[in-house]
Amino acid sequence: MSTDNTSKPILAKIADAPAENPAAADGSVTAVDPRLLVREQGLSGYLGEFKRKMKAGDLGSIPVVLGLIIIWAIFQSLNSNFLTAGNLSDISVAMVGTGMIAVGIVFVLLLGEIDLSVGSVSGVAGATFAVLNVTHGMSEWLALILAILTGAAAGAIHGYVFAKIGVPAFAVTLAGLLFWNGFMLQILGSNGTINLDSEGLVAKLTSYYFSDVAAGYGLAAVAVAAYFLSSFFDNRRREAVGVPSRPLSEIIVRTVALAVVAFAVAIMFNQYKGLPLAVVIFLVMLVATDFVLRRTSYGRKVFALGGSVEASRRAGINVVMIRTSVYAISGTFAAIGGLFIASKITSANQGAGSGELLMNAIAAAVIGGTSLFGGRGRTWNALLGVLVIISIQYGLALQGIASPIQYMITGGVLLATVVIDAVTRKTQKTAGRA
Amino acid sequence: MVHVSATPVLALRGVSKRFGAVQALTDVELEVHAGEVVALVGDNGAGKSTLVKTIAGVHPIDDGVIEWEGKSVQINRPHDAQNLGIATVYQDLALCDNIDVVGNLYLGRELRKFGVLNEVEMERRSRELLSTLSIRIPSVRIPIASLSGGQRQTVAIARSMLGEPKLVILDEPTAALGVEQTAQVLDLVERLRERGHAVILISHNMADVKAVADKVAVLRLGRNNGVFDVATTSQEEIISAITGATDNAVTRRAARNGEAQK
Ligand SMILES: Nc1ncnc2c1ncn2[C@@H]1O[C@H](COP(=O)(O)OP(=O)(O)OP(=O)(O)O)[C@@H](O)[C@H]1O
Ligand SMILES: [Mg+2]
Repeated sequence: MSTDNTSKPILAKIADAPAENPAAADGSVTAVDPRLLVREQGLSGYLGEFKRKMKAGDLGSIPVVLGLIIIWAIFQSLNSNFLTAGNLSDISVAMVGTGMIAVGIVFVLLLGEIDLSVGSVSGVAGATFAVLNVTHGMSEWLALILAILTGAAAGAIHGYVFAKIGVPAFAVTLAGLLFWNGFMLQILGSNGTINLDSEGLVAKLTSYYFSDVAAGYGLAAVAVAAYFLSSFFDNRRREAVGVPSRPLSEIIVRTVALAVVAFAVAIMFNQYKGLPLAVVIFLVMLVATDFVLRRTSYGRKVFALGGSVEASRRAGINVVMIRTSVYAISGTFAAIGGLFIASKITSANQGAGSGELLMNAIAAAVIGGTSLFGGRGRTWNALLGVLVIISIQYGLALQGIASPIQYMITGGVLLATVVIDAVTRKTQKTAGRA
Repeated sequence: MVHVSATPVLALRGVSKRFGAVQALTDVELEVHAGEVVALVGDNGAGKSTLVKTIAGVHPIDDGVIEWEGKSVQINRPHDAQNLGIATVYQDLALCDNIDVVGNLYLGRELRKFGVLNEVEMERRSRELLSTLSIRIPSVRIPIASLSGGQRQTVAIARSMLGEPKLVILDEPTAALGVEQTAQVLDLVERLRERGHAVILISHNMADVKAVADKVAVLRLGRNNGVFDVATTSQEEIISAITGATDNAVTRRAARNGEAQK
């Protein structure tokens, strides 16, 4: 990849070589297409653009946020214990396992592919840790790292078979689903369940809370400040070179909105046991993956493959490498999720990674707003989606409603989401924004 | 007229390409020198786009030799061609619909600062670049999907102009363009030649070819059907070579006679 920062595009050189015609060039930069709906400056312009986006089907996370509010309102009206700090805090910790797996699924969905093996791989990670640490007495950290690497390797194998040999991802990962489930049962051995040290590293992943109230508020303050400063300085850089920038009022509105949410969540956690370690790790992973996808050339390549494989190939992108690495990422997050799930029950057992886990992880990514058609989505979608799914689980459990109904409701929500996705895509096509 | 260097930038010697049962190219020869515009013409399905794709590394050749600045080279992947300094605008454009204009222009060679995408600089240069092509695009931050066919084509052309290509290949670049944009692209081709770049231009429009090309290479059913000097050949002769109304030898004789008369 040649990343030559100094060589000017030849056209620019051509342009300023013969005629020295800055007027014309400047003119065409500023001459905007009169048909283009230019956003007015200031807040009213921002609202106007927002309305237009809604009409064009550019819904983003709006449906899922609305859905979440409705779900919470319904459960709260059924049982006033739902929106308590204790329940919300428990939901937040319980969602991390599935949420981590869903982060990996977002990467795969961005390629326009699927990974059916993540449930089984998550089970393998938990079992690997248990066998290495409990049965063989390996140090916790080493066992943890090896468990995560096992997931990464499994994902890389799936990705390589898919990318290099050209077997459909559906088939490769379906084989992976069976293989890794068998592998887990094999290493767990005859007695089936291995209990983890309840005071150990993995158990702490979901049982540790930063009980000092300063932790929650501090994290919220840092997040808000970081958001504001990065937006502000990004804007300054844009203004300095004369490319369009956001109005300051917009940055302030966004920052205030973030601050309200961040501090509300911090207050909620602090009313209960404090800031959960699991949530901190999840947020760090979300920020990191979002950064990778949207700010690095690796992320750009992942999106490009989701848009057009052939165009990416012709742009010199190593398609096999990107695909393999995305599946390795998916396997890694499946393993991390598996460790959180094992942590929650402080054991590795034969049922790990089976049942509805796989479906929930995929549903979370999709419900959160990641497109099944590839090339559209963010890892934050995983957070919103998993919040919806685990809220439904906990809400129904509070009502004493058994899992059959729970599956049916989650299924309904998923269907609604994919319908929205498909309709959005259609509307976006007619509005020219697909 | 135009100063042409002795060794061609690119030379194809006996290049063949087969797709299953279709022999798309048979023993094709082509030479392009620095500072020269070679028009590649031929009927639909003659193999022009296939030839372009073999040069660009999209479809590696089955037989024959590709020489780059006099040395035989292997072009097996698009990356190989890019590293040699070949920039290509494909007939089917090859853009990513979901990525914005800036992202597409810099796809595969993003500008980075401390390992992070330098979006601001890419956006600034994109605007500069597009303005020199007098391309009117609502915004450089909208996805390619929202552009018209002609706007996409200009984005694809602009994409090939980034960096320092030695050879620019344009596969029907003006097919979807309006009058003003076509003129801009033809001007651009001339400026490329003036600056010593080699250009291969594919077009069905004889007027465009006559306006900017130095040589015209005709492909017919995947084979060479003559190379003509634009200045001394009439449009009818080229057209009869394209349609096969004349075979190779006759065409050459006609071309010679044409030259003798002038
Ligand atoms: N990927 C492919 N697989 C199989 N056959 C192909 C492929 N690409 C091209 N061909 C065949 O090769 C021949 C030449 O096609 P090509 O696209 O090079 O024509 P062209 O000269 O560019 O025509 P046009 O003027 O219509 O663009 C055609 O017969 C076509 O069917
Ligand atoms: Mg063609």
